[in-house]
Amino acid sequence: MLFFIILILTFAGGYFLPWWVVAIAAFLPALFIGKTPAKSFFAGFSAVFIVWAAMALCKSIPNDNMLAKRVATLMQLPNWILLLIVTAVIGGLVGGMSALSGVLVKRAFAKK
Amino acid sequence: MRFVKAFIAIILTIALVWALQIKLGPVPPVAPLLNPFTGFWQNAESKDSRPPEKLKLTGLQDEVIIRYDEHRIPHIFAKNDHDLYYAQGFVTARDRLWQMDIQTRSAAGRLSEVVGPNALEVDRYHRRMGMVYGAENGLKGIMANRQTREMVLAYTDGVNNYVHSLSPKNYPVEFKLLNYAPEEWKPINCIFLLKLMSETLAGGSDQFAMTNNLRIFGAKAVNDLFPDYPFHESPIIPVGTKWDFKPLLIPKPSAGYLAQMTENIKPKEKVDGIGSNNWAIAGSKSATGYPILANDPHLNLTFPAIWYQIQLSSPTGNVNGVSLPGAPCVIIGYNQKISWGVTNVDADVLDWYQVKFKDNTKNEYWYNNKWNPVKKRVETIKILGAPDEFDTVIYTHHGPVVYETATKKPKDSYENIPVGDALRWIAHDESNEFLCFYILNRGKNYADYREALTHFTAPAQNFIFSSNDNDIAITPNGKFPLKYKEQGKYIMDGSDPANDWQGWIPPEQNPTVKNPPRGFVSSANQSSTDTSYPYYINWRFGDYDRGKRINDRLTVMQKATVDSMRLMQMDNYSIRAHDVLPAMIKYLDPTKLSEDQAKAFELIKKWDKRYDANSLGASIFDSWWYNFYRLVWDDDFGVKGAYLKYPSIDQTEKLLLTDPNSKWFDNNKTPAKETCADMVNHAFYTAVDGLVKSKGKPGDNWQWGSVKDTYINHMANLPGFGTGKFSAGGRGSVINALRDNNGPSWRMVVQMGPVVKGFGVFPGGESGNPGSFYYKDMFDTWNNGQLNELLFLNSADEKSERIKSTLTLTKK
Repeated sequence: MLFFIILILTFAGGYFLPWWVVAIAAFLPALFIGKTPAKSFFAGFSAVFIVWAAMALCKSIPNDNMLAKRVATLMQLPNWILLLIVTAVIGGLVGGMSALSGVLVKRAFAKK
Repeated sequence: MRFVKAFIAIILTIALVWALQIKLGPVPPVAPLLNPFTGFWQNAESKDSRPPEKLKLTGLQDEVIIRYDEHRIPHIFAKNDHDLYYAQGFVTARDRLWQMDIQTRSAAGRLSEVVGPNALEVDRYHRRMGMVYGAENGLKGIMANRQTREMVLAYTDGVNNYVHSLSPKNYPVEFKLLNYAPEEWKPINCIFLLKLMSETLAGGSDQFAMTNNLRIFGAKAVNDLFPDYPFHESPIIPVGTKWDFKPLLIPKPSAGYLAQMTENIKPKEKVDGIGSNNWAIAGSKSATGYPILANDPHLNLTFPAIWYQIQLSSPTGNVNGVSLPGAPCVIIGYNQKISWGVTNVDADVLDWYQVKFKDNTKNEYWYNNKWNPVKKRVETIKILGAPDEFDTVIYTHHGPVVYETATKKPKDSYENIPVGDALRWIAHDESNEFLCFYILNRGKNYADYREALTHFTAPAQNFIFSSNDNDIAITPNGKFPLKYKEQGKYIMDGSDPANDWQGWIPPEQNPTVKNPPRGFVSSANQSSTDTSYPYYINWRFGDYDRGKRINDRLTVMQKATVDSMRLMQMDNYSIRAHDVLPAMIKYLDPTKLSEDQAKAFELIKKWDKRYDANSLGASIFDSWWYNFYRLVWDDDFGVKGAYLKYPSIDQTEKLLLTDPNSKWFDNNKTPAKETCADMVNHAFYTAVDGLVKSKGKPGDNWQWGSVKDTYINHMANLPGFGTGKFSAGGRGSVINALRDNNGPSWRMVVQMGPVVKGFGVFPGGESGNPGSFYYKDMFDTWNNGQLNELLFLNSADEKSERIKSTLTLTKK
């Protein structure tokens, strides 16, 4: 559930808001419905990872990955797939860390 | 404990977001760049064809239809001139906005604003050379004329409409990589483009070096080695052409003296081999009976390319060709009546004057036997991450004192007088080059061509012309100062009015020739005229090699076609080798060669003198000649700490061919007395040994294409955004003047006739976006020596299979 909510929020917010909305899109849902830290981190990480990777591929495939290959060379990466992974992992890390923060805050204030 | 955990998690998350959001050294903020919603991924264009597009824009007066062909070259059809230039600005910005931004920033000395303190010295140089001052004066000239004012304002409006439509996600990728935002375009930016051209083509100077030469070697040696007319020449205006005008009185040389040596002044060195070719043949020499015109300007090759192809049509004219991104009009091109092209003249339009200040305040300077007030101009340079820099530049009536120095002279002479030089440069003058192109774009005949040329100031160009009236013509043209002979060959005394520019050569008296008996006109940066021309334009021009080859070929050519012209543009035959190789071979002693050297000697004897990509001889000759040249002159002119000008290749050839016992062949670092033969032999050993060392034994790895470095980089030298090194023939001194990252930036051939047909290509593509399929789609065609037939539409409704998409602009 958390995974899908973060996924949808990341996707929807990405179009209108700066990149760091992924942090909010992962933090807030986890704050309300996050269960364990591990699950939340994984949900945040994978949701943003998937959205960022899918979005990048959406632009890159019709482009024959031409620009991605150029930017990969520029960044001294051996190939564009790695650039895609770096992109998705960075998004994923922010998503995961934010969701983790959300659930930990929830726990901090939760009544035992 | 739970609070601590939550707190740590939040802090870590914020730290992560922050680290991904800031710029670390040269690395742009990572997350905004990589984020697929707004980062670089968004710049990846789809290869699918584009649907028709309709945009409503404020400021347009009527509907504009833009047809894009298979290379995404825009063909603009507007109902009035305002909308035409508006649309030109709009579509150019869509394809080339970052290039427009960075070029004008560079010219205006504003790079530090976006890249930080590293660019400060470059910015100061541009400011202190008076680029901004010159552009401001240029703007006055453009604004004073109704047509050019409206044109520049409409163009600016068009660019800005695009700029305003952008959100960060649509910024050209370079803005994302360099982490700054596009800014509004200003009319003066259009002029910065021209100033940049002036800087490239007419901004070099060897006066300081020549002045040093004079001091070290004396007048006789300098006159011998640096004569005002070359040994080998084939001038642009054919020898024997009569001048049908009564020249103005030539100014008297000043009684002046050689200017005092100045310290630390080192104006940008004159780069040899900046050049271009153009020629036009009369109908009598062509297969169709109509003239054919060809032009290939040699400039630095970059991504995005310096040129942007465009067709511009309005009720006042319909023209096709290349434009400069950031400037309105077509610069080189054709319409259905005329065609024209340009090469650089290299007139002496940049002079240095020694300035004597009254005291250290530098508020007054000595001129015409009295103290005169200077003007001071404060240049404010904004710097990313540092406080603004305020740089005060002193102007005399000549122009800016580019680098005044405080270093004092020796004790017994002018001890307290600081010395620096003022710059008199044509690029500082009010001018209106755009009017020239406005008229040419609409030109119908020879008279229009002549009229257009009177409006062109700088950088002076050899304007070549052909028309459907079967006229061909060429005019080394620009605003030329009226000078005494050799005025400005050396640094001048700025206090003597006799050293000032004494007016101008009347534009109608610029060298020109129309329909010469030889049936063709041409130029390749060589001397404008023979020595009979009454005025002084410069003491040295480009080497004659390319011009000579062009003239030789055209002299014998009959029934020429577009393809004959195309092949000529790719011609690799070396006139230099033709001139000097037999003598060099004669001097070489074959009995003293090592095995490799002997092998190389066999190769060079059989060489066809062509700088083809697969030629081995070209590699040997090129290195042999280079080493010979260095060996002859290094001992005299390569003196450490002294800034001297080396004698020309032309003069080196002259010594080799006519004076083998010249004292210059003697290496003054050795006790022995060397002759020409010694130099030739030594140079050969060095050349061959060098090739063996870098490429191995003589063989295919010696091919010229792999010995020579040829590459095209992105303007910001971004790895992966250029071509990398590629194998190609050519050399600066052959018609196909391709070397390093400089060469034919646009090759064009125009066949005149009832239906004028243009052909052309530049190394790159229309789009400046590295994520576009039109970023370098024309490179292979260019590199293979082919040309694209240029699509010329007579109206917006004309059908063509080559039209791939349409953009309609309507007023909002």
